[in-house]
Amino acid sequence: MIVCRGVAKRFGAQAVLDGVDFDVRDGETVCLLGPSGTGKSVMLKTIIGLIKADAGSIVVDGREVTTLSFKELSAVRRRIGYVFQYGALFDSISVLENIRLGITDEALFKDLGYVRQRARECLELVNLDPDVARKFPAELSGGMKKRVGIARAIAGKPKYLLWDEPTSGLDPINADIIDALVKRMDRELDTTSVVVTHDVRGAFRVADRLALLMNGRIIMQGTQEAFLASDLPEVRAFLERDFGATATHVA
Amino acid sequence: MTAPTLDIRRIAGRASITSATHAGRFARFLAMSAKGLAEPRIWVPRAWEEAYRVGIGSLGIVLLISAFAGAVTALQAGYQFTGSIPYYVVGTLIVSSIVLELGPVLTALVLAGRVGARYAAELGTMRVTEQIDALESLGRAPSSHLVVPRVLAGLVVIPALTMVANAVGILAGWASVRLVLPVSDIDFVYGAQIYWRPWDAWYSLIKAVAFSLSNTTISCYMGFSTEQGAEGVGRSTTTAVVASSVTILLLDVVLTKLLLST
Repeated sequence: MIVCRGVAKRFGAQAVLDGVDFDVRDGETVCLLGPSGTGKSVMLKTIIGLIKADAGSIVVDGREVTTLSFKELSAVRRRIGYVFQYGALFDSISVLENIRLGITDEALFKDLGYVRQRARECLELVNLDPDVARKFPAELSGGMKKRVGIARAIAGKPKYLLWDEPTSGLDPINADIIDALVKRMDRELDTTSVVVTHDVRGAFRVADRLALLMNGRIIMQGTQEAFLASDLPEVRAFLERDFGATATHVA
Repeated sequence: MTAPTLDIRRIAGRASITSATHAGRFARFLAMSAKGLAEPRIWVPRAWEEAYRVGIGSLGIVLLISAFAGAVTALQAGYQFTGSIPYYVVGTLIVSSIVLELGPVLTALVLAGRVGARYAAELGTMRVTEQIDALESLGRAPSSHLVVPRVLAGLVVIPALTMVANAVGILAGWASVRLVLPVSDIDFVYGAQIYWRPWDAWYSLIKAVAFSLSNTTISCYMGFSTEQGAEGVGRSTTTAVVASSVTILLLDVVLTKLLLST
């Protein structure tokens, strides 16, 4: 379970997160929605400790992330798979070596037979030909890079998956493929997921619950039905941007 | 009259704060990098790869620069040596100039441009494309994967290249001096040996080690500190080369004072 309480982060004079309260229960997929530039990715990075929160508490699996040493934090991170917005693949090594770095068990990391087998499994899970393992990131399309990024994130069999804008920059067909993968990972790997996105339609496809981040705070979290029934003007405005004035009929 | 004074104070204040901030961050970066030494199984293979890449890639330019430095020193000796100075002194002049100063300093400055810029640009690009974040998110220490191999590769290769540069500079100087002055090989070798002290070679090596450490750590630090996309990578790379070059020149003065003062 991930529990965030009063998380605050400021960059210079700008308060990006201003007391965010946010829970993710085991086994569920929560979509963190919000317009661009509202700090969704910052929130995701504070959960894994890539950005240090100025204030507040973030508890992952019962461990307070904000006070851990680098070594302790590394142990927590090994239970979390992070899918970066543009893949963030290491471009000087092959896809196989990229996926290998995702294998967090050191004994298995050294076992080349296991590494090849696991890379094949992960690539198949994200609907990629296992032969892609031999290629370098520069030889892949944008959608393939994202899928290799997902394969790397799941290679260590994480309990949690954090998805940072998984469909941004993709055409609708590839976006649908990635949305389907989010569902598939949660179903087949039994992971707990936090998906950051500004794509409302995609969020409605994959989420068990939604949370809307605006002006540094979560202004609403709940089920899709609760969102569609909400009278909050910010929620209405955000939904109608993607669904039009008939947002209530989408469900 | 007060406005310019205020501006100068503001500029000086801002520069002081920036310098102090960088000094603090650099110290923290060095401490973080030192922790990476605890994972030799990660950095040993990468350090070898890096050393090979840096060594082979830089050999050509180092040979060229050192040969020209030796040749120019010899040709200038030909211009300055008139009348009363015995010709064998030219051997002393060339060997001392190359070993004590030109070899280590020119090699370090060239490599600040070549290796330093590469390190800063590579790590800067990795920073802005979230590759360093990705490494951390996988529970791995970026220092042992990215910083320690680069610094140690530089620590091995740059002093080695400096020794090669010294040898090539002396040989090029020897060959060139024969074109401009009536110096026999025996005179040259006599001049080279008469004032030679083994400490000179150690001094050259110590300088090369100090220069390589400053060059690689500053460049890696600048790469790690990169912000704001392609423009940030450009800024980090330029800053890395300038800061490394200035540090090399400062270290040159300090080490000369410390190691050669009688």
